[in-house]
Amino acid sequence: MGKYELNKNLAQMLKGGVIMDVTNAEQAKIAEAAGACAVMALERVPADIRRDGGVARMSDPQMIKAIQKAVSIPVMAKVRIGHFVEAQILEAIGIDFIDESEVLTPADELYHVDKTAFKVPFVCGARNLGEALRRIGEGAAMIRTKGEAGTGNVVEAVTHMRQISDDMRRVKNAGAEELMTLAKEFCAPYELVKYVHEYGKLPVVNFAAGGIATPADAALMMQLGSEGVFVGSGIFKSGDPEKRARAIVQAVTYYNDPLKLAELSENLGEAMSGLEIKTLESKYAERGW
Amino acid sequence: MKIGILGFQGAFVEHERHIGRLGYEPVVVRYPQQLDDLDGIILPGGESTTMGKLLCCTGMLEPLRNKIQEGLPVWGTCAGMILLAKKLENDPVRHLALMDITVKRNAYGTQIDSFDVSVEIPKVSPDPIPLVFIRAPYITESGANVEVLCKVEGHIVAARERHLLATSFHPELTDDSSFHRYFAEMCKKRE
Repeated sequence: MGKYELNKNLAQMLKGGVIMDVTNAEQAKIAEAAGACAVMALERVPADIRRDGGVARMSDPQMIKAIQKAVSIPVMAKVRIGHFVEAQILEAIGIDFIDESEVLTPADELYHVDKTAFKVPFVCGARNLGEALRRIGEGAAMIRTKGEAGTGNVVEAVTHMRQISDDMRRVKNAGAEELMTLAKEFCAPYELVKYVHEYGKLPVVNFAAGGIATPADAALMMQLGSEGVFVGSGIFKSGDPEKRARAIVQAVTYYNDPLKLAELSENLGEAMSGLEIKTLESKYAERGW
Repeated sequence: MKIGILGFQGAFVEHERHIGRLGYEPVVVRYPQQLDDLDGIILPGGESTTMGKLLCCTGMLEPLRNKIQEGLPVWGTCAGMILLAKKLENDPVRHLALMDITVKRNAYGTQIDSFDVSVEIPKVSPDPIPLVFIRAPYITESGANVEVLCKVEGHIVAARERHLLATSFHPELTDDSSFHRYFAEMCKKRE
């Protein structure tokens, strides 16, 4: 078994869980106590990156190390698309998972990181099956929808998850002779298209991300077929982060139980204020290809 | 025979597949009332803090502990081993606290230290078994009634105390069903 298999296996251990954005050790502890299965260490949550503008980069390693020290669950951190040196730095400090993320300002307009050159696992965003398979082809051990981070608006995550499912159904139902043409259409590696045809699913774990703000949003993404969720700004930009974090964790476990979801949705305080997608100056999901 | 798999978080689908393949009925357990007609239960790999939290806030902790104390066979893989341990070396928290072992969490380090080996465990299978360690724990101390099934590099990674089985590694991530067969035999003996 190679390193890549072990990395895909770590993603399997995260299934049915919630990965929460945290900006310091204190938030990381709150997330862990609420039942997060991993934390994403970053200096500013996407909603603040959106508000502040400018170039968003990898976080200060010192801040990431403080978070690693504070919790026992896996710690993830983001690098800019194509910025393989930021990835080398994160690998050097023993990060558990790297997110090559469109939330940060891309460092390369043409190429993503060659993830096969690393021992640590990568998670990457995707809007459709072709994009997911290209990232897996480059060595990603986990996929997430891009959604539209920092908006508190789940519509883009839903669109991307539905698109991936739709594309997978097409590949699964296609005849063997159609697969090469589909690979051409999706701009995806042929071998991976064949895998989807045979198994009807991605060869790696697939999470939802980008705009999830409530327990109902999280359960919606699970019912649409995602295997877990990332919650970025949705928790620490809300009125009562602790309570909301706990509720979202349980909503991912009980995503098929409306009565339980009703109970979990009660009295959570104010959700983060959301943004209408049409009013956005820049769509992060359009970064990367 | 019905074998439950705690379905709060983690790799429970992978266990389901093995149990089904051996011809038994897997049951994903999320509610206390589901514990009543099980012949055994698996606590899967995942994050032990997440599962521990959910055990408490869903009211599952006590009923599950009682069932196991009454003799329900249980098998904890990785995070599941942590849930079973009476003592954790680097964590003040206890979960089910039923098995007389001391467990060190993330004992090998971060993801970069995850590894796999193939080891012969005669009590479980005549053939070498692939063992996958993902941010794995190991047992640092075990009580007098605990039978050590396997050591890797001097550390205890599989052990049994009567109807309680714990492994640091993840048989559910491989195609080898030896450990699932071994656990199923434990469940049959209870019937």
